[in-house]
Amino acid sequence: MNAPATAGARPDTGRPGPGRFLRWDTAVGALLVAAFLVGTGTTDGFSDTANLAAALNDTAEVALIALPMTLLVVAGQVDLSVASMLGLSSALAGRLWDAGWTFETLVPLCLLIGALGGLLNGWLVTRVGLPSLAVTIGTLTLYRGLASVVLGNKAVADFPESYARWASNTETVPGTFVPWPIALFCLLAVAAAIALHCTGFGRALFAVGAQEDAARFAGIRVKRLKLVLFTLSGLVASFAGIVYTLRYGSARADNGLGLELAVVAAVLLGGVDFDGGKGTLGGAVAGVLLIGVLDNLLTLNDISHEIQVIVTGVLLVVSVLTPRLAAVLTARRRRRAAAG
Amino acid sequence: MSTTAPAADGRAAPVLALEGVSKSFGTVRALREVSLSLHAGQAHALAGENGAGKSTLIKILAGVHAPDAGTLTLDGTPVTFSGPADARDAGIAVIYQEPTLFADLSIAENIFMGRQPRRSLGRIDHTAVRSATAALMERLGVDLDPGRVARGLSIADQQLVEIAKALSFDARVLIMDEPTAALTGSETERLFSVVDALRAEGTAVLFISHRLGEIFRLCGHVTTLRDGQLVATEPLDGLTEDDLVRRMVGRDLDELYPKQPTRPGEPALTVRRLTREGVFHDVSFEVRSGEIVALAGLVGAGRSEVAQAVFGIDRPDAGEIRVGGAPLRPGSPTAAVRAGLALVPEDRRQCGLVMAASIERNIGLTGLGKLGRAGLVRRAGERARASDWALKLRLKYDRLTDPVGLLSGGNQQKVVLAKWLATEPTVLVVDEPTRGIDVGTKAEVHRLLSTLAADGLAVLMISSDLPEVLGMADRVLVMHEGRLTAEIPRDEADEERVLAAATGRPHTAGEAA
Repeated sequence: MNAPATAGARPDTGRPGPGRFLRWDTAVGALLVAAFLVGTGTTDGFSDTANLAAALNDTAEVALIALPMTLLVVAGQVDLSVASMLGLSSALAGRLWDAGWTFETLVPLCLLIGALGGLLNGWLVTRVGLPSLAVTIGTLTLYRGLASVVLGNKAVADFPESYARWASNTETVPGTFVPWPIALFCLLAVAAAIALHCTGFGRALFAVGAQEDAARFAGIRVKRLKLVLFTLSGLVASFAGIVYTLRYGSARADNGLGLELAVVAAVLLGGVDFDGGKGTLGGAVAGVLLIGVLDNLLTLNDISHEIQVIVTGVLLVVSVLTPRLAAVLTARRRRRAAAG
Repeated sequence: MSTTAPAADGRAAPVLALEGVSKSFGTVRALREVSLSLHAGQAHALAGENGAGKSTLIKILAGVHAPDAGTLTLDGTPVTFSGPADARDAGIAVIYQEPTLFADLSIAENIFMGRQPRRSLGRIDHTAVRSATAALMERLGVDLDPGRVARGLSIADQQLVEIAKALSFDARVLIMDEPTAALTGSETERLFSVVDALRAEGTAVLFISHRLGEIFRLCGHVTTLRDGQLVATEPLDGLTEDDLVRRMVGRDLDELYPKQPTRPGEPALTVRRLTREGVFHDVSFEVRSGEIVALAGLVGAGRSEVAQAVFGIDRPDAGEIRVGGAPLRPGSPTAAVRAGLALVPEDRRQCGLVMAASIERNIGLTGLGKLGRAGLVRRAGERARASDWALKLRLKYDRLTDPVGLLSGGNQQKVVLAKWLATEPTVLVVDEPTRGIDVGTKAEVHRLLSTLAADGLAVLMISSDLPEVLGMADRVLVMHEGRLTAEIPRDEADEERVLAAATGRPHTAGEAA
């Protein structure tokens, strides 16, 4: 189909107009590059491939869960039960391993439980009509509780090296320094980016997040969309539970406690609007990596964990404030231009 | 309230006057050098079509908008209102068509919201609130319990509460914006007797209504606006309804509504015994291809609800919907779109468009499966669809990537139409298609609907704009309190018949007397 010339209107270049502020997700990407360069220049051992592999692998669970979380937040939803699902999946894996299941059979079951947990979240949100924040705060407690029921206070740690090595930072994709969990993350990130930015599914997500009524009136199956998202989120969280278990060689009910906030923080830092309808997957990935790089740098420089948490917090506040501030400034400038 | 004896001929100094007032919104000039004066003890009518500038004028009087040019004088002194609170303090009260009361608060609490009489320690003096409310009700001659919660009050009663609130502010100017649109005959009569009593006490009244009979019943003078300009201010004595219509429209109705002759074909949409409990009952009708069928009625009669049930937004409790002869799965907009239905909803900003999204994204939203292969969206396809329809509907825009929120109301409506016409529907349901859009675009929308119908599209048009209904429709269906009360063919449809059916009154002559 050829695009006809638009008579009576200015030609559409598709480029953003002048005077707009730099996009936040691009800014985070630039910040990531800057942090990387500064780290390389100032901190011995930062740019060693072994350190980079370790730094990347440390973000594996947050990074994986951030992918479906980005889709959720774009659609105006949030899933705070992901870390609990990670714990439940880990506990279940430990319990089943203890009971003599093979790894090949217990993993599918853990993933199934994850998907079902996500489906329950989605069902409560779409059928019962509760806000996702409330629903997933509830299931956050529920899934963590179930994890304790499944494994109690025990820790199961006798996973064989033949499996654990797939999650370690020393076993990398041949010819690169990239650990396998991160390689998988890269594949999934590309898939998620295509889904969000190049498909009808993604277009629908943005519409639902920006204005759910308008999406519904356009014939978009809003409820089904949300069910799919929450199910995906549960599935990925349970998979992250397996990765976590293997990476630390330990299955515990309290694995990944509080991780959901790290995920949400990374996604918001990447410029995804918590109100829904705005954001890019690239931004979210940059947010995850930026936090990972900063944590690694601070650790290498012997700066305490408390300071690391504060740095992340400040970044988050700045990331939420800056776009608002930019909007206010633009509006003021426009008003002045109109007055002058 | 000080009562000044009103001069019968209106020569006394006005309480409130507008002199040469202009107001623009972006490129739309809503008002151009309009003057108006309101006198104590007199009821003044403001007439004009939708989009003539009546709402803008009211909002200027109410302090919502500041005029770009011209002066506002109160008792002969120029004033500027920096907000609605200023206007209220100056004694100007506005009663809107649909009052906005706090549903869970009592009538008394609603009236004294934010300025309740206090006892010691800042505690609200509930006894004083109630007795003051009771006194107001008595003054209005209305029997409403001050302690009753607002939820469940009829619109008529809610308006009376608003009027009581206005009285409690010692309002000297009462502005009523289409207060009778949703009222029954007896409710209207009760409202008018209250207004008559206030007028006798010296209140100046500005009254807006599309029902010309009411203007003649209540008012002494009328100011007519057309396209934002003053047409005339004159006494109603000696005017006829036809005179008033001619001033409002400025041309013959036939010219304004370019209705093309149609040859209705096969039934495209068939609705049988459709019911949603408590909303509408036993609604049956048919729309043939090539036909424009209007669904008229008062606000709250259930028209939009029927449209939304047909489109699958709400699931009906009973009844059957067929599109092109095939039964439609209820409760699924997706199924409705697939069957060839399209709905241009009443609430454009909330339901019709994603305001923050671009023009091309909005137009693409109804064709996400068709814009590429395997679920992928081809950018070029998306853009072509948008620019194609933008051209066909003569959309005025800067860039296709601009958010639709930046467009004027009329152009936004064109985007809604574009996004639905791009699906090549067989049945187009339009809910208040020209509400809040400028006169020029309105005529374009009418021409478009007429052309589409002539090309074989079945159009179901919900409209509260009577001239639009009478000008565009091949058949007029009328709803009253959730039921279809009349089906009137084009050549038998007139204002009086439609209104009679819409208010549930038996059709009698001499309504306007």
